[in-house]
Amino acid sequence: MKVGDFISVRDLEKNDIDFLLDKAEATEKKMAEGCSELDGKVVATLFFEPSTRTRLSFQTAAQRLGAKVIDFGSTSGTSMVKGETFTDTIKIVDGYADLLVIRHSVEGAARYAAKVAEHPVINAGDGGNQHPTQMMLDLYTIRKLKKKIDGLNVCLVGDLKYGRVMRSLMYGLAMYKANVTLISPKGLEMDVEAVKEVKQKFNAEIIETNEMNLRDADVLYVCRIQKERFTDVYEAERVQKEFRVTKEQIDGCKKDMVILHPLPKIDEIDLAIDKSPHAKYFEQAKNGVPVRMAIISELLKKK
Amino acid sequence: MPLSVEKIEDGSVIDHITAGHGLHVLAILKIDEKYAGRVALVMNVPSKTMGKKDIVKIEGKIIDEKTADKIAVIAPHATLNIIKKGEVTSKNQVEMPSKLVGVFKCPNPKCVTTTEKIETDFEVEKRSENPNMRCAYCERTFTPEELRE
Ligand SMILES: [Zn+2]
Repeated sequence: MKVGDFISVRDLEKNDIDFLLDKAEATEKKMAEGCSELDGKVVATLFFEPSTRTRLSFQTAAQRLGAKVIDFGSTSGTSMVKGETFTDTIKIVDGYADLLVIRHSVEGAARYAAKVAEHPVINAGDGGNQHPTQMMLDLYTIRKLKKKIDGLNVCLVGDLKYGRVMRSLMYGLAMYKANVTLISPKGLEMDVEAVKEVKQKFNAEIIETNEMNLRDADVLYVCRIQKERFTDVYEAERVQKEFRVTKEQIDGCKKDMVILHPLPKIDEIDLAIDKSPHAKYFEQAKNGVPVRMAIISELLKKK
Repeated sequence: MPLSVEKIEDGSVIDHITAGHGLHVLAILKIDEKYAGRVALVMNVPSKTMGKKDIVKIEGKIIDEKTADKIAVIAPHATLNIIKKGEVTSKNQVEMPSKLVGVFKCPNPKCVTTTEKIETDFEVEKRSENPNMRCAYCERTFTPEELRE
């Protein structure tokens, strides 16, 4: 892998992703055996913005590699952050740890931290911009379930305007020549520039629609539509209902169609679906660990 | 009848500015009512190559590279003439740089370059006639119009 930090999908080439997906697969296979590869190393998970699920996933990954984990602590142990500049916090923790995982609401925070820190930095989400390890685990899950990514019909459903997960995933899927269909309510369509970029970069075919037509989908990737995006409460409820995944919605879909979701989900997927063979989102969340292990291991190998 | 503007002794002449952008070039050069030297702005002059163009003449100001990069973003066909003692000493077409470091502010209020006061860095994406500038930090793209202060 060429990059020394893991900040954005735009830094990655297909070879890098292939390599990491293969590595994650090998890692997953021998995960039960235990691993002491990073014995003596310290990984810092700096979550300036709370996200328990992502933090736990990174911490599990680091510990399964044999590394020790430090963070701000569970109670208001973020006194270090108060009144201290972001730059100073990064410099100090860079002096303690061998690798920094950073989540921040400010866009570009991880890129900046990577410039300040000497140790490798992983972006665990920077505002509305990037969340590259999520895209990696999404691609990993699709490849694992479908044995390939290219040529698959993938429908991205929900709020495509504000979700960084969907934007990054579209980028990754386009890179792999999957057939991407963007399905969103009117007004929550994917950013025009983002679509233009992948069309030009990867010569990708992207279909954009406001209709819930899932008939040909091999993969259905759902994300939440927040009520706050609408000024009209009635309209919000109507849209949430229309784009909700129910048994009726997926009636007539391909038998082996899989449903993914970045989690946490509220009610955008009917609870009855959880038990269906289509639902793969819990497995998807689980895949975050071997994928993040592969990334952490690879970045620490360089130094 | 052609408009006549007197020649300047020492300073810069920026010719072939995309029509309508002469005022923006003045803004980039930070020319306002407090500027003491002679300044001329000619707008919508007929041009063989461009149809219409704007011209800016400023006495007492030599344009540096960073400023030239800024002008290139607003007016990609502009030519820069440096005048010394009434003679044109150099004549260059501005060039669209591939990177703009510390030149424009990022318009995204959630960008780390606005919260941390660090030097901005834009990558110029020349995918079409109208280039986009992508912030190296927040990764959003902006049109030249959006970057203008
Ligand atoms: Zn920015």
